[in-house]
Amino acid sequence: MTAAAARRDIAPAGLLVALGAAACAAFLLSLAVGPSGFGFHVAGDAGALILREIRLPRAILGALVGGALGLSGAALQGYLRNPLAEPSIVGVSGGSALGAVLAIHLGLSGVFAFALPAGGLAGAAVAMLLVMALAGSHGGPVTLILAGLAVSSFATALISLALNLSQNPFATVEMVFWLMGSLADRSLTQVWLAAPLMVAGMALLLLVGRALDALTLGEDAARSLGLDLKRTRLTVVAGTALSVGAATAVTGIIGFVGLIVPHALRPLVGHRPGLLLPASLLGGATMLLVADVALRVVQPWVDLRIGVLTALLGAPFFVWLVLKTRAELAP
Amino acid sequence: MRIAARGLCASLKAREVLSDVDVGAEAGEITAIIGPNGAGKTTLLKVLAGLIAPHAGTASLAGRPMAEWRPQALARALAYLPQERTVHWALTARAVVALGRLPHQPMGAGESAADMRAIDAALAAMDVAHLAARPVLDMSGGERARVLVARALAQEPRALLADEPAAGLDPAHQLALFRHFTVLAAEGRTVMVALHDLSLAARFCHRIVLMHAGRAVAAGTPADVLTVEHLARVYGIKAHYAVLDGVPVVVPLDLLPGVLP
Repeated sequence: MTAAAARRDIAPAGLLVALGAAACAAFLLSLAVGPSGFGFHVAGDAGALILREIRLPRAILGALVGGALGLSGAALQGYLRNPLAEPSIVGVSGGSALGAVLAIHLGLSGVFAFALPAGGLAGAAVAMLLVMALAGSHGGPVTLILAGLAVSSFATALISLALNLSQNPFATVEMVFWLMGSLADRSLTQVWLAAPLMVAGMALLLLVGRALDALTLGEDAARSLGLDLKRTRLTVVAGTALSVGAATAVTGIIGFVGLIVPHALRPLVGHRPGLLLPASLLGGATMLLVADVALRVVQPWVDLRIGVLTALLGAPFFVWLVLKTRAELAP
Repeated sequence: MRIAARGLCASLKAREVLSDVDVGAEAGEITAIIGPNGAGKTTLLKVLAGLIAPHAGTASLAGRPMAEWRPQALARALAYLPQERTVHWALTARAVVALGRLPHQPMGAGESAADMRAIDAALAAMDVAHLAARPVLDMSGGERARVLVARALAQEPRALLADEPAAGLDPAHQLALFRHFTVLAAEGRTVMVALHDLSLAARFCHRIVLMHAGRAVAAGTPADVLTVEHLARVYGIKAHYAVLDGVPVVVPLDLLPGVLP
């Protein structure tokens, strides 16, 4: 029994180390791959500049945004006890997208460079406050989903309105491209603007592991185990708003990472929602970095945006997940 | 630890579910709460577990009102086993039982030797040690119910409140469950169970509280409470009380006229 128990303790640690190693490898790969050649020593005077100003911000963003999306997906699925939950479900992505689109629409992004990410952050913050106000302080998971759905639908409607009313075709193209999500051509300054918020959000989300484990037994049992569910909900919503809001503000909408990553890793952590949090952080970073490297490899032939790629991968995955859930729920 | 409540009134969605309930459960005893469906047994247990705040009256554990207990300290002293047996993820039985150790583990700490001992003892007590590595969602209802009881036992509480723990268990495991409750009581713990099986209540419980329409209409020893008159008035049944081989049994014989359509 002791040997078996010890094995159980080592297995999750081993998994996290392996996922961490994969994320580091993907980060280095992301630094090494680009149109100007493979490796960390790009030839020519521009070499160091390319590495520092183009590949480094892209790799850091890939790791942070992927980690934020994977982690918040795992946290929301655990809190809502629903494997189909995703960061966009609480309305934060929609709000962030609306804020950025408005910054373009009103011409603010042409006036000063930070208007776009700042608009995204403001949109995420407003969406979060609205969702919290709508869902109330006593509601359970269902009211949170409904409030998130209401706020995202409203954000989507306003984004369509901004596109509809746009007089300037260049602004329209910019908005549409921004909605597709991309890691390319972000500056280190933009990274430093969003990174502290993403890190703070992820730190909050990593705190709720115990509560999510206890929630496996339902709300009454979790409370009788000494957990404060109101604080858990606040932490999950604030952590998602900070990490996903800041991520979306810089990269645009990148969907489905928060759905696929926790789902793929869940069996490897014995379905424990608490352990799934750090695993999904590392797995999300790895997935987004690798997907971004793959885009750069195929770039000479097709110029795909990462938000489009994750949606192309994610939508069939979602369909498969629905069919699987349907089979499990069938009498 | 003594559980006591005075003048409890509680409402669910503006409907009064408990009215002026006085109950007590002593350390070293098993106290049963019996009564028909909708009598308020579950709500009473939830109030006594500190999960629902009564709008009048007080509930206390070891002389301290529930509201004054810090959640973590309360969780180390008292375990609550809900009637609902939903498990949301495909955790193994051992992982589910290990959740009972959460109140004893500092944040970020792994399982201590004491945790592992408590988990193994709880799995063995509920006869689910052989299922430890199986996902609970693949188990039968009765097996899952035993795993969930083991979760509450692993909490090593001074007071255990269990809502219909025997429902869905086969007769052998029902007996084993109540034998174990007897052991817990003999160790000086307080055990309180909501029950429908009147024979189990008569045989194993030291005290019985009979609930009817949100009120505690009788309380005392099984012989005081399980009378023909009480069972007729509260359940609307004609019941037979007998002693077979020294074991008390209560058998419902018939519905009284005009009780159910």
